[in-house]
Amino acid sequence: MRQPKIIVVGGGLAGLMATIKVAEAGVPVELFSIVPVRRSHSVCAQGGINAAKNTKGEGDSPWKHFDDTIYGGDFLANQPLVKAMCEAAPAIIDLLDRMGVPFNRTPEGLLDFRRFGGTLYHRTAFAGATTGQQMLYALDEQVRRFEAEGKVHKYEGWTFLSAVLDEQGICRGICAMDLKSMQVRTFSADAAIFCTGGIGAIFGRSTNSVVCTGSAQSALFQQGVHYANGEFIQVHPTAIPGEDKFRLMSESARGEGGRVWVPRQPGDPRPPKSIPESERFYFLEEWYPKYGNLVPRDVAVRAIHKVVFELKLGVEGQPAVYLDVTHLPRELLDRKLEGILEIYEKFLGVDPRVQPMKVFPAMHYTMGGLWIDDENQATNVPGIYAAGECEYHYHGANRLGANSLVSCLFGGMLAGPAAVRYARNLERGADAVPVSVFEREQRRQEEINERLLRQDGKENPITIWKEMGEWMTEHVTVVRYNKNLERTDQKLQELLERYRHINLSDRTKWSNQTLNFARELYNMLILARVITLGALRRNESRGAHYKPEFPERDDANWLKTTRAIYDCGNIRFEYDPVDVSLIPPRPRRYDVQ
Amino acid sequence: MAETKTVLVHIKRQLAPDQKPYWEEFELSWRPFMNVIILLREIAERPVTREGKVTTPVAFDANCLEEVCGACAMRINGKARQACSALVDQLEQPIRLEPLSKFPVVRDLFVDRSRMFENLKRMKAWVPIDGTYPLGEGPRMAPEVQQRAYPLSRCITCGNCLEVCPQVNERSDFVGAAIINQVRLFNLHPTGAMHKRERLEAVMGPGGIHDCANAQNCVKACPKGIPLVESISEVNRDAIRQAIFGWLFG
Ligand SMILES: Cc1cc2nc3c(=O)[nH]c(=O)nc-3n(C[C@H](O)[C@H](O)[C@H](O)COP(=O)(O)OP(=O)(O)OC[C@H]3O[C@@H](n4cnc5c(N)ncnc54)[C@H](O)[C@@H]3O)c2cc1C
Repeated sequence: MRQPKIIVVGGGLAGLMATIKVAEAGVPVELFSIVPVRRSHSVCAQGGINAAKNTKGEGDSPWKHFDDTIYGGDFLANQPLVKAMCEAAPAIIDLLDRMGVPFNRTPEGLLDFRRFGGTLYHRTAFAGATTGQQMLYALDEQVRRFEAEGKVHKYEGWTFLSAVLDEQGICRGICAMDLKSMQVRTFSADAAIFCTGGIGAIFGRSTNSVVCTGSAQSALFQQGVHYANGEFIQVHPTAIPGEDKFRLMSESARGEGGRVWVPRQPGDPRPPKSIPESERFYFLEEWYPKYGNLVPRDVAVRAIHKVVFELKLGVEGQPAVYLDVTHLPRELLDRKLEGILEIYEKFLGVDPRVQPMKVFPAMHYTMGGLWIDDENQATNVPGIYAAGECEYHYHGANRLGANSLVSCLFGGMLAGPAAVRYARNLERGADAVPVSVFEREQRRQEEINERLLRQDGKENPITIWKEMGEWMTEHVTVVRYNKNLERTDQKLQELLERYRHINLSDRTKWSNQTLNFARELYNMLILARVITLGALRRNESRGAHYKPEFPERDDANWLKTTRAIYDCGNIRFEYDPVDVSLIPPRPRRYDVQ
Repeated sequence: MAETKTVLVHIKRQLAPDQKPYWEEFELSWRPFMNVIILLREIAERPVTREGKVTTPVAFDANCLEEVCGACAMRINGKARQACSALVDQLEQPIRLEPLSKFPVVRDLFVDRSRMFENLKRMKAWVPIDGTYPLGEGPRMAPEVQQRAYPLSRCITCGNCLEVCPQVNERSDFVGAAIINQVRLFNLHPTGAMHKRERLEAVMGPGGIHDCANAQNCVKACPKGIPLVESISEVNRDAIRQAIFGWLFG
């Protein structure tokens, strides 16, 4: 029998899990990642991972987890796979535990769980405040073991450029570039699984890591893979603004008892600790008594916007609110939140155990992503699979905290075996595809590099990127107006035009980061248009997508999945019905009991 | 007009591994809360030296920018540390940026630390599970054991501890404190401990724990405050015990 070969692009949680599953099935894997996989963005996940293990006698269950997820996502997620994910979650935690993730423990030696947003249950397992780091390391170690056994071959420091598609439009491998030698090369495979993560860089500054550009997703989109629900962008309520990035202060700070407030008196100049309790406005607790500080993120973000921009109550007149953990016992802070408090202390030089933190919302996560089917993580292009943040399936219009990590692992667990099945059943494997198919793609990609290196113009890629980020952040995040969305798309088209005149300040052929960034920038601009145009069309408010002109959810017209399709250089949209067969849509109200 | 405050930066450049290093100076305008990453990005947007010479952007490695991925380690004013958490206002000027010296330079401040990952392989730094199929819960663990393991597990493989170690040099292949700390971590885990012996054998091999000369620089350079010296002495004690009483366990 022919031995198939599988490529995984991306070594965050989703990619590593997919790799493990494929290797375990006895199929060789080639794993590509820009950064050494151990440095992937998943390392940033702080707060934890959800699973209804019901260890606190609260009567939690996978069904309740499922219901919270669907309700939190404002009924936009197709339900069957979400249900399967919530059912699988407890076993996923067990697996991580077996792999040695140092989850916090109860006195009985069991896993401890904390509360997170959008639920009333203690459902979030955590390893201090660096849960993603600990999980990523555990999976990285398992993959290293397979690597030592020769079952996995890593290409770290390589970037994916494009898929190799044959005449029938079937994926037969990938084209990638070595970021040291800048060599462009194709690799054949019977199936490729994409786990390339988030898209934060499209918004300039976000809570994401530098390599989260969405460039790979965009490249695939331009090759015919559909992109779903792109307009759903999650803004996280509590981040520390910085010029290089917004550093997250995890929801776990509130899960452990942290409170959000502003002084009642506008522009109150007093230091926060000297403002008496009665003169503090705990607006989330007042407006949402049942969930309090743990309302879902979209709700918290809009509340902060209201407090800062409408009520003008931002701390010291600035766009900031207090996130306060100073009333919590120090021992608890050190045992459960040290990782994030340390970030605040290191980057701002202020001890958050003593002083309330100043935070503001920041772009954080994309609910939208590569379109995949309802059972296999398969995209519409045969041989291309996707898992993790780069696909759209699990979170509807708003993701609940600590649900991403579980969806990454669940997606990887499905994608790996599905790709293996597909590859084994292929009539004609990639090895039977004429070399000309590979050569053509390689040539096409080399020509892009040559053109960029040759080009003489006046535009600087970083400047274009910054402008894109500013426009996207201002007009395509928390509050969206059609007029501004239209203007943003025009701006993006102008930037694409200016892109044709960029001048690379580095024309060398070795480890040229400028060239790679310029390539990514083009892909970001295209994906930015997908997000903006999707938002423009959707005339309703749902989850993270909020239009004051259309403030209500409109199920009659918009209970549907957006599917963006790239058609000869144009972006076209189609809409699919949402599978709501298990939980009928109901109004989403966190402010009533 | 008020004089604008500036930041002076000297950067050690090297275009490729086989090329000669050289220094370049940059002068940038100061803003509050600048870190070294912001300086490097600003140079990338406008790569002109202090003397007005047009140059290339500086290559460097970075990802999370919150000191948890380990990527952006470099020598800043002679000290191995992460660029993202190096705040300009806390640095003496001119700020000197150099690549880590114990790893091969790829370009400019970008070095190749793959050796560390290879060494993790040698030490079998993993919990050898039977498979990913459902086998129930993991072993119970006292909170106190978790509290001991977790800090060890926060190593970001930045390489700072190797950079400051006199035993890591061209004539030795000492794996360094980070790797030995991982041996301790996995030997602490109930399942990992079942394979303690293999790991201790590996750590007693060439480039292993015997090459440590107890300079104790590592623990001071660790951005995560990992008790590296304690890890080394604990692994050392276990290794000696195994060497002497090894047959007892067999
Ligand atoms: C600060 C922060 C905290 C968070 N905390 C939580 C939390 O507590 N709980 C939770 O559930 N979620 C959390 N999230 C969300 C969660 O961390 C991410 O959604 C998740 O880690 C994404 O994992 P992934 O495997 O999809 O992608 P990533 O971990 O981002 O990995 C992507 C991989 O793809 C590679 N890659 C990308 N592009 C290319 C290319 N062109 N070529 C080759 N390789 C490429 C990268 O090198 C990387 O290996 C948090 C997010 C942030 C930003």
